[in-house]
Amino acid sequence: MTKQQANWSPYDNNGGSCVAIAGADYCVIAADTRMSTGYNILTREYSKICKLADKCVMASSGFQADVKALQKQLAARHLIYQHQHNKQMSCPAMAQLLSNTLYYKRFFPYYSFNVLGGLDNEGKGCVFTYDAVGSYEKVGYSSQGSGSTLITPFLDNQLKSPSPLLLPAQDAVTPLGEAEAIDLIKTVFASASERDIYTGDKIEIVVVNADGIRREYMELRKD
Amino acid sequence: MFRNQYDTDVTTWSPAGRLFQVEYAMEAVKQGSAAIGLRSKTHVVLGCVNKANSELSSHQKKIFKVDDHIGVAIAGLTADGRVLSRYMRNECINYNFTYESPLPVGRLVVQLADKAQVCTQRSWKRPYGVGLLVAGLDESGAHLYYNCPSGNYFEYQAFAIGSRSQAAKTYLERRFENFTDSSRDDLVKDAITAIRETLQGETLKSSICTIAVVGVGEPFHILDQGTVQQIIDTFEIAAEQEGPAAEPDAATGQDTAVEQGAAADQGGSTDEGVAPMDI
Repeated sequence: MTKQQANWSPYDNNGGSCVAIAGADYCVIAADTRMSTGYNILTREYSKICKLADKCVMASSGFQADVKALQKQLAARHLIYQHQHNKQMSCPAMAQLLSNTLYYKRFFPYYSFNVLGGLDNEGKGCVFTYDAVGSYEKVGYSSQGSGSTLITPFLDNQLKSPSPLLLPAQDAVTPLGEAEAIDLIKTVFASASERDIYTGDKIEIVVVNADGIRREYMELRKD
Repeated sequence: MFRNQYDTDVTTWSPAGRLFQVEYAMEAVKQGSAAIGLRSKTHVVLGCVNKANSELSSHQKKIFKVDDHIGVAIAGLTADGRVLSRYMRNECINYNFTYESPLPVGRLVVQLADKAQVCTQRSWKRPYGVGLLVAGLDESGAHLYYNCPSGNYFEYQAFAIGSRSQAAKTYLERRFENFTDSSRDDLVKDAITAIRETLQGETLKSSICTIAVVGVGEPFHILDQGTVQQIIDTFEIAAEQEGPAAEPDAATGQDTAVEQGAAADQGGSTDEGVAPMDI
């Protein structure tokens, strides 16, 4: 007699792709706006990007219900931090908080694949990339979600820094201008939406720099 | 006279049907430095007098932001006030998390009052020694509440608590009928004037008072010193033209009140541990 299996899953994958690129004094975070389930589209206009603090923005793909719950948790914790410290959380601090929050649910994870982007305390761009249970790393660029397998190799080709084993040591931050980075993002999403059925409709691009946060949109293939 | 027999713990009634420990807690509020609040239809202003233990120390923070739409000014044991502010902030965050909307002030003050009542009916607890002026906005407009250590709460058009608050109350009683339709700036001026009444002769400077405002379209925030000083300067000039009000209090009476005020504001001169949000 075989063990009984559940006939439902607590998780669903709503698809989509997220990308973030860090610059010397800016950070670009982008995600498509398509929300799907199975082979169907639920909506073409869903934002996967959330502003967590003044200079800290998160994009998440995966199961959007878990993503929403995660965003609410982080927002509440940020408010508590502000009450206690009288200031906004820095991006590296938020990065650690996100990691801890994810690992807290190690045995019933948030089905959420995140990229965190923003400016660190010195105003330099930073990007942190995560897995579903909180393992994270500071990088110069990253991509998550259904299109990541198509996007990451392209970003590697354009942006990858020389090996850290080489001397002299080189920065993790990409030497790219803000406009060039946005252009690269648009190119990368246009390519991904060609072959990934879950990526398309529109890209939402968020740019964090010393002047604040601004938003841009670009149309993508609707099929 | 017979108070001493029935005032040992909070769960003992006196023959006259009073709980002396609760009344003693209300005394602690009267000893704290003054806090005032006043409201119009759309705005609420809180003000307080900053008393520092010595010239060397910083003054205690007595006004706390609880949420974008709620703030609180305290008088009495400031440590108790800090703890209650933390509770209020938590309640607001949790409510917002669950209902995605701001916690109505009226609900918050009831929760606060119930929390205070618990301490009047447990033999191992003591009442909170702090009075809270809660200023908040909800769908029905601007509100000002006063929460007592006894667990009672009342809504006010304007109120003052703490030492020498009677002078401020007299001023507010004369003027409160006009507050409903006051503009925001007039309300702030009235608040500063009420504070000046409690100082009774002492020069009014922005360093000894703190003012905070919350209103429709204006999240709760504490006004910075520069702004407050500007307002003080404008009407000091006007006041000189009118002529100063007669203050019959003797200088000695004023000094005693100051000492009592400084002793009751416990919590030490440094407040590095939990800093309130004054964004």
